[in-house]
Amino acid sequence: MTLVNAVVQGVLLGGMYALFATGLSLMFGVMRIVNLAHGDFAVFGAFFALVLVDSASLSPLVTLLIVVPGMAAFGYLLQRGLLQRAVVASPLPALLVTFGLSIVVQNLLLELFSADQRRLQIGSFETGSFQLTYDLAIGYFPAVVFAIAVALLVGLSLFLRRTQLGRLMRATSDDQETARLMGVDNRNMYALAAAIAFATVGLAGVLNGVQTNFSPASGPTLLIFAFEAVIIGGLGSLWGTLLGGIVLGVAQNVGAWIEPAQQVLAGHLVFLLVLALRPRGLLAKGAPA
Amino acid sequence: MTGQAPGGALLDLAGVDVHYGDLQAIFGVSLAVAEGETVAVLGANGAGKSTLLKAITGMLPITAGDVRYDGRSLRGAPAHRRAGMGIALVPEGRRLFASLTVEENLLVGGHRARPGPWNRRSVYELFPLLRPLRKRPASVLSGGEQQAVAIGRALMSNPRLLLLDEVSLGLAPIVVKQLYAALPAITASGATVLVVEQDMHQAMAVADRVHCLLEGRTALEAPVSEVTGDQVANAYFGMLPSVVS
Repeated sequence: MTLVNAVVQGVLLGGMYALFATGLSLMFGVMRIVNLAHGDFAVFGAFFALVLVDSASLSPLVTLLIVVPGMAAFGYLLQRGLLQRAVVASPLPALLVTFGLSIVVQNLLLELFSADQRRLQIGSFETGSFQLTYDLAIGYFPAVVFAIAVALLVGLSLFLRRTQLGRLMRATSDDQETARLMGVDNRNMYALAAAIAFATVGLAGVLNGVQTNFSPASGPTLLIFAFEAVIIGGLGSLWGTLLGGIVLGVAQNVGAWIEPAQQVLAGHLVFLLVLALRPRGLLAKGAPA
Repeated sequence: MTGQAPGGALLDLAGVDVHYGDLQAIFGVSLAVAEGETVAVLGANGAGKSTLLKAITGMLPITAGDVRYDGRSLRGAPAHRRAGMGIALVPEGRRLFASLTVEENLLVGGHRARPGPWNRRSVYELFPLLRPLRKRPASVLSGGEQQAVAIGRALMSNPRLLLLDEVSLGLAPIVVKQLYAALPAITASGATVLVVEQDMHQAMAVADRVHCLLEGRTALEAPVSEVTGDQVANAYFGMLPSVVS
């Protein structure tokens, strides 16, 4: 593998990380909730797809039509029924609640599906690739994931900036009480933001389940990668999230190119470097989008 | 002469109590505002003026009495629903959406707009200083500019009842004068206005009636034409007329 190849594959991997980080970034940007159960809900989404594949023999990609809206509805209800109560000036209650949810989801999945490694199979598309040069090939699936991540972040950014619903969401994020005075139902607005976040979590979980193995214990690792992508890019900035995912993916792959056993360590080191030099992230902003 | 509003009142508070936890802030206040009227609620810091507005907008629950709007009790109506009924507040300290631009603040204000004369264009006509600032984030504006945005944002909903909370707070007198100069155009558009002020003279210049609060209780209520500045000042500072005169 050449360095160029390592960088290219790293950028594509970064798309997957950015996809994971989108929901985390959105929940933080709008509600100031750090969702520690984020990775576990992604794994939950992947198992949701697996059940549909096994029971209705659907293709994993077709299950997205059910998993994504299902996760969105779940996110809406979770925010409305539980997380909204934890939205206070201090971030601690929300941290504790989502930490608890993380444990609940992991153990529920363990109880239902055992600790086995699972995979969502989509056949030849997953392994196929364009051969660009003799030693540089781009996998179809990573390329599609990257394109989805970019489209999602561009779409979300436009939604938040340009639509009335997006403006209302940002206004609610700025000042819930005053937003209510404008006739905005703050709880509904936050629940809608959670629905969008959970839809992206479901999408990321399923696509990740096609790309790599997953088990009920995979959540925390996914959470760490999503976290690193968000922090590297800058909290609350969706463009930063894309950039952060790419930086993390490239760091990991270049690390693996130097020393194959140290792929994950290289990512962590770059993350620490960003924290030390630019603690607010590469594209820090006060507001979401 | 009591300050009873002529005809059917648009807003009618009857014997309202409001508590902050165990602490009572408003004691049996009754206040009626007729459609098209401008009423000023005056009082010193801590007299309960802002609390009264919070009870009207639904940000604080009332613990006794009733708030009626357009003949119906607002009991149980959440704050965001009251906005849709045509009640708009310009909050104390302006409370603009800091990460939104001036124009976006106005658009959010128009979220539950009723049909009426106010839209972005008419707001920019009322406050021409805002037009060049449209794309600026609200957080970088001067105090006077922010207050103009806050008033414009409230107008965007085409309110039937506009509540103004301490518009003059922290602003230079010249700026306050400019902002109050916009009030006749607002009342001419049909809005009923309830002004809460510490600046007695400014408020009395625009109001039809005054309602003075002292430590959460009504101290004086009268048409502006029938009271003197001294009477209002006495009620404001809590001096009994007999002691002064």
